[in-house]
Amino acid sequence: MSQIIIYTIITLVAIGATAAIILYFVAQKFKVLEDPRIDEVEAALPAANCGGCGFPGCHNFAETLVKSENWDNLFCPVGGNETMAKAAAILGREAIEQAPRVAVVRCNGTPEFRPRINSYDGAHTCAIIHSLYTGEAGCPFGCLGEGDCVVVCDFDAIHMDPDTDLPVVIDDKCTACGACVEACPRDIIELRKKNKKDRKIFVSCINEEKGVVAKKNCSVACIGCSKCFNVCPHEAITMENNLAFIDSDKCKLCRKCVPVCPTGAILELNFPPPRKKEPVEASETKTD
Amino acid sequence: MSLKTFSRGGVHPPEHKLSAGNKIIELPPPEVAVIPVAQHLGAPSKVLVNRGDQVKVGQLIAESAGFVSSNIHSSVSGKVLKVDQFMDSSGYRRLAIQIQVEGDQWLDTIDRSDDLVRNSVLPAEDIRKKILEAGIVGLGGATFPSHVKLMVPQGKTSEYLLINGVECEPYLTADHSLMMERSEELLSGIQLLMKGLGVERAIIGIENNKPDAIQKMQQVVQGSSVAVQGLKVKYPQGGEKQLVKALLKREVPSGGLPIDVGVVVFNVGTALATYEAVMKNRPLIDRVVTVTGKSLEKPSNFQVRIGTPVSYLIEQAGGLPENTAKVINGGPMMGRALSTIDVPVVKGSSGILLMNEDEARRKEVKPCIRCAKCVTVCPMGLEPYLLMTLSEKSLYEGMEPEKVMDCIECGSCSYTCPSSRPLLDYIRLGKGEVGKIMRASSAV
Amino acid sequence: MNKFIVSPSPHAYTDESVPKLMYGVIISLLPALAVSVFFFGIGMIVVTTVSIVSCILFEYLIQKYMMKVKPTHLDGSAMLTGMLLAFCLPTNIPFWIVMIGALAAVGIGKMTFGGLGNNIFNPALVGRVFLFISFPVAMTSWPEVGQWMNYTDAVTGATPLGLMKEGLATQTVAEIMPRVPSFLHLLMGKTMGSAGEVSALALLLGMCYLLYRKIISWHIPITILATVVVFSGILWLANPDRFADPLFHLLSGGLMLGAIYMATDYVTSPMSHKGMIIYGVGIGVVTVLIRVFGAYPEGVQFAILIFNGFTPLINKFVKPKRFGKEVKHV
Repeated sequence: MSQIIIYTIITLVAIGATAAIILYFVAQKFKVLEDPRIDEVEAALPAANCGGCGFPGCHNFAETLVKSENWDNLFCPVGGNETMAKAAAILGREAIEQAPRVAVVRCNGTPEFRPRINSYDGAHTCAIIHSLYTGEAGCPFGCLGEGDCVVVCDFDAIHMDPDTDLPVVIDDKCTACGACVEACPRDIIELRKKNKKDRKIFVSCINEEKGVVAKKNCSVACIGCSKCFNVCPHEAITMENNLAFIDSDKCKLCRKCVPVCPTGAILELNFPPPRKKEPVEASETKTD
Repeated sequence: MSLKTFSRGGVHPPEHKLSAGNKIIELPPPEVAVIPVAQHLGAPSKVLVNRGDQVKVGQLIAESAGFVSSNIHSSVSGKVLKVDQFMDSSGYRRLAIQIQVEGDQWLDTIDRSDDLVRNSVLPAEDIRKKILEAGIVGLGGATFPSHVKLMVPQGKTSEYLLINGVECEPYLTADHSLMMERSEELLSGIQLLMKGLGVERAIIGIENNKPDAIQKMQQVVQGSSVAVQGLKVKYPQGGEKQLVKALLKREVPSGGLPIDVGVVVFNVGTALATYEAVMKNRPLIDRVVTVTGKSLEKPSNFQVRIGTPVSYLIEQAGGLPENTAKVINGGPMMGRALSTIDVPVVKGSSGILLMNEDEARRKEVKPCIRCAKCVTVCPMGLEPYLLMTLSEKSLYEGMEPEKVMDCIECGSCSYTCPSSRPLLDYIRLGKGEVGKIMRASSAV
Repeated sequence: MNKFIVSPSPHAYTDESVPKLMYGVIISLLPALAVSVFFFGIGMIVVTTVSIVSCILFEYLIQKYMMKVKPTHLDGSAMLTGMLLAFCLPTNIPFWIVMIGALAAVGIGKMTFGGLGNNIFNPALVGRVFLFISFPVAMTSWPEVGQWMNYTDAVTGATPLGLMKEGLATQTVAEIMPRVPSFLHLLMGKTMGSAGEVSALALLLGMCYLLYRKIISWHIPITILATVVVFSGILWLANPDRFADPLFHLLSGGLMLGAIYMATDYVTSPMSHKGMIIYGVGIGVVTVLIRVFGAYPEGVQFAILIFNGFTPLINKFVKPKRFGKEVKHV
């Protein structure tokens, strides 16, 4: 009996030892030499593997950070300046600061403003509708409402509002990774500078058609009248292809353009409402 | 006569040829015609007229803008109202010429008589030139400029001219009625194409559901070097590659054209337009359009001017039925659904199909049960279920090795799917994306 | 103005649907069901009913309360699974064992993978093999034919394949043959075996219906049957004393049921015709190997499950013949 036990133990030990020796040599033979700093940098990254930096994953990005001399085009939108500073500290260099950004949906074509003139009955993705025709409403530039942007968001930061049929960005969750910008077949979503208290002013329309045509399909379309362009004191507004565009880097949030827009295409969000109460609101904001 | 057909895949959708046997009715010009400048495959034509210009029927109003492009002639006489963006069948606005119709004045050079002219003495060179000038494009639906097909590239030879009289799309009867009523002219057109192409043999392929057309064409072609071949009914036999396979047992290579196997294919409508252009000096200004639908009062075959609004056609066929839920430009398998009927008839419009509420809606999409029916019916030997999955997951790189670019978008897979999955929707999307990737990589 | 519907082409669709296909298969199983009721009486009715009802019930409960999705228990696939499961059980098996089998078939075989269309293995076979391993005695005692009113108390005996397997240990094929039912009886179904597998004729009739309705293609069943005939034929020619003749292999056991109904299951069989033929040949060879050289008298169910596992691999590497040759473009 004891003999059996001894033999068993010896056999097992022998197998184990042989395996260990083989494994050791194989590991030596196929060892991959990698800069250890890559792993350190990767540990500092958010590990979301979202691709917002333009690389397939955090590891590739870390590798590029370690290897490149020039960091001009390298930025992790998810981690932001903080993460970039950490990565820079590990590598002993200076980080380039970038202003935080947030995704903004530039279409306000709710069923009320932009009536639906036909009903779509195919596969439910914006990309397919876009390649087929103008969509349920007549506007060839407007949101198609099937939520391709929602599907690609890794951070649960964008969802469809069933009442408006438009996507809504949750500013706190949005990391500006740009996945939705890529996914939107009509390029409606833009990454804009994130302001204090998530305040934003933007032209919520990208229709390049002539004013009359655009207005026919949607009552809140930008008709390219240039009124906002003329009133802007900061030269933040440009006119191109019958369309006004507010540069978020130049805009000082003075809101002069909002009241002059005849169609209400310029939206102001997260501002304290009506001016009458302004003193009260102002004091509130100070206490925050 | 033994019937032929292509070997791989195919489906048998119900035929519903409601307007079969109805005589072609020539419609008077509409009040206002809208003639788009991009009616063909290739570069949009260059507009030659301005607002306020007077034009006659047959006058060149937009000229070919490159080798793969086509001339466009005025189909009506009157005053140019506008050269502007007008809605086309996709709902997008594209450049078009709007003409207010005044009377019906034709250019003097056009022979409008019904006299049959045969035995052209024109050399091949002149035939090709006339086809180019007349703005003839493939009238089967692909609208590929015909003069390009007649120019056989260096190093390739053409042996056969195939004439596509298959009309495998359900409902449509435009080609059928042409073969019945204009058979003599058709033969003459075919002979002109043969001469222009320099081939000795031509075969007309006609599906067996049109026995009268087969018989008629057989009588007409007697004594000529044109043959008529009956084909078993199977969709998509009218597809160029399937027709070549059915008639000659030759397979057009992947990514290639019929000329790679020594064949050129034209539609019967195109052959007739060739006759009109060469023998009668008449450019492509009208075409036969089937207007049909189960609820429509008078399903008809109309000869209409290019640029006529679709709504006018429907009016002539008895008006838009109350229960119309879908209007399709083309046949039910490959046609485009219209979002409005205020769009013009173009060179590629073979039919207008009205569907009522019962037939218009798609069924609820269910999970794939891997029944392999889509693989069985695919005439190109592809795996639609796999392509759809790849496209759904945006794995476009994986679609190219699976030969997605060979897809002819015939819709057999979506037609046959028992789970009503939108296979072709996703495959078409993937095809577009793969095309972009390929163009991007070849540009580098 | 009418609000038109817009969708990408095609705009025409077939009348076929998943429930229609499933009920089509169920209809094709009716002759086999009738034959079995004729030979096994009340046992067949009880087993089949319990199996169908529990499969549908388990599918409904799992989808409604565990997966929290809209139940699809009436689309015919659960009923078909139940029917096929019943067909490969002995008719004297206690009803609670049938229910456990149904739970294994629907729960483990189908729902753990995400429901219809996602399972790797044929659910009915998963149920059957689960019971075969868990209740070996109950699963290998088959009632003698003609006991209409007896259920679990029926007199039991061995199947033709069982007789053959046992007999070959000591005797030659020629000595065993007189003890197994005649070929005519095998064809008609007057033999011992699992509920639905006894009558080759009824199952072949079902196959004709399936082929006529184009629910299945000929590739899988015909290749399996042909492979079994060829492979067992070679063995028989080599040594007729040791190996039974091909007709015996063809008509006995669950081969017909397996080849026509189990192997052709849409979800778990290959997609291309070439793939189907490889799959069929594989199942045929493994079936004969298990029957002739393995420990079990019958091997169809194991062969099918093994090749179910190979199906994704076959799909990956065996492509349908594409239209047109590949040419290099400059």
